[in-house]
Amino acid sequence: MASQEMLTIQGLGVSFDGFKAVDDLNFLVDRNELRVVIGPNGAGKTTLLDLICGKTKSTSGTIVFKNLQLTEMKEHDIVRAGVGRKFQTPSIYENLTVSENLEVSFPRGRTAFGALFFKRAADVIDRVHKVAEEVMLKDKLDQQAALLSHGQKQWLEIGMLLMQDPELLMLDEPVAGMTVSEREQTAELLNRICQNRSVIVIEHDMEFVRKIAHKVTVLHQGKVIAEGTMDKVTADPRVIEVYLGH
Amino acid sequence: MNLLTKKIGKADWIGVVVLAAIILVLFPSVFGIFRLNLIGKYLTYAFVAVSLVLLWGNGGILSLGQGVFFGLGGYCMAMFLKLEASDPVATKIQTTPGIPDFMDWNQITKLPLFWRPFHSLTFTGLAILLVPAFFSFIIGVAMFKRRVGGVYFAIITQAVALILSVLIVGQQGLTGGINGITDLKTMHGWDIRSDTAKYILYFVNGVLLIGCVVFTRWVLSTKFGMLLLALREKEDRVRFSGYDVANFKTLAFCMSAVMCAIGGAMFTLQVGFMSPSFVGITPSIEMVIYTAVGGRMSVVGAVFGTLMVNFAKTYFSEEYPDLWLFLMGATFIGVVLLFPDGLAGLYERFGKPRLQKLLKRGPPKIEEPTVAVAAALESGGKHG
Repeated sequence: MASQEMLTIQGLGVSFDGFKAVDDLNFLVDRNELRVVIGPNGAGKTTLLDLICGKTKSTSGTIVFKNLQLTEMKEHDIVRAGVGRKFQTPSIYENLTVSENLEVSFPRGRTAFGALFFKRAADVIDRVHKVAEEVMLKDKLDQQAALLSHGQKQWLEIGMLLMQDPELLMLDEPVAGMTVSEREQTAELLNRICQNRSVIVIEHDMEFVRKIAHKVTVLHQGKVIAEGTMDKVTADPRVIEVYLGH
Repeated sequence: MNLLTKKIGKADWIGVVVLAAIILVLFPSVFGIFRLNLIGKYLTYAFVAVSLVLLWGNGGILSLGQGVFFGLGGYCMAMFLKLEASDPVATKIQTTPGIPDFMDWNQITKLPLFWRPFHSLTFTGLAILLVPAFFSFIIGVAMFKRRVGGVYFAIITQAVALILSVLIVGQQGLTGGINGITDLKTMHGWDIRSDTAKYILYFVNGVLLIGCVVFTRWVLSTKFGMLLLALREKEDRVRFSGYDVANFKTLAFCMSAVMCAIGGAMFTLQVGFMSPSFVGITPSIEMVIYTAVGGRMSVVGAVFGTLMVNFAKTYFSEEYPDLWLFLMGATFIGVVLLFPDGLAGLYERFGKPRLQKLLKRGPPKIEEPTVAVAAALESGGKHG
């Protein structure tokens, strides 16, 4: 694994009315790494992604992505710098078709006037087709996104992120609500797309985590309590205690 | 790649062609100049309805203050016409000849500074487009950058409409007050009150309206239009796909404002006056109703919706002068209850399948309520 760091988080904290959702968190992700973040409900997993992508402003600490201080940047600038984020519930444009969903996510014509004069050039169409094939929706291009199955919607949103070719891809529960075979296909998909980029995945399904994770980070009450390979982490007595309860 | 370009299909334009034929051929050949002028007035409201299809129907941004921009355009035009009507010869009985009559009545003895550039038709033309664009830009940036949206935006635009109408009424000496700017006569010496002028203005208005319809259709067919739809549904997804959402909303708001202003200017020209009763809350909301009746997603539907509501208004008020407001209210409630997607939705459901059967051809995507409206026009026309 390359040792170059893609994302460096130090001393990160955020509190909502005194409740510390994330507290003095340190977190490193390498290039080409697929990291899974696990932890019980309320551990601060989604908040961590919110902080990285700028949805929530931190109260302390730093988030450095490729020498950029993300805590000081606007959401759309963070995306343009190369951070893509999938939301927990599939967040797609239901009244557009699959190909329109992908096309709208293409990283050109991102200003208001740029979008007005955006041309559907050959490279855009190529990319739409390539990504659609990647996320197993090639034969659904013309279908309205609302008609996709839940799992396909999850894939579509991943596809929308792939359109932007982000260097850091963050996926919040990508297999939630998927069938067993869909989960397997998603695991393969994630293993394919983590080439040349870093991926952070939040997931509850341990079997799925085992299939994809290079390293696992366990969060509890806004802090990292364990980090390492899946085997190491699941053997950690603190992790067991947190998961099994007191 | 027909799957990617289907948005710009030929069938999409049938509705526009039908609309153009109705406005530019059917109406002028059926109605006399009195009715035609009345329709011309209705069609100026259609500019607002079309602008709302862009902003509200597709962008999900409900503005209850479109009357502001309609009024700004209308007032700019009225100021020019009023100055021309107030030459020193025509106003020689005034204490101060050469200024608009209402200023004289309000003891104003000098033309206010902001009125002076309106001596120029070129300036007026630019002002009609740029003043509302500027105002909408300021409001848009102030609201959207702060992520004010939804109901809050609607309420604020409504407040702006109220503020502007109160301001106009209050500053009687500068604006003509509650009566508005009246007694408009000529434009560059051309008498706008003659029947010939009314004919010409009707056609100019019709062409401009169809221009706005085509422009809006074009905007909606671009990536910008697709993003508006996307924004309406999942604003966060758009933001976290690298778009500065506020800029998109602001541009849509500005475009809609300019369209309203063109309608307002054409209103002043055709009706011969402008007053605060077209600026405030009531007209702004009424214009939203036109769009809702027409179907808020359909540009062409919005025009038909405007016509239908106004035909109904004319018919009810002529036939049942005591009851007409109740009948209008009942119509609105009925439309919202029975056809939530408006005329366009009605056409999609009943008209289009039959039309396709009749034509026995492929399934072109037409969103226009041609059939539903033909029936509506018939009933409106009988009494109109």
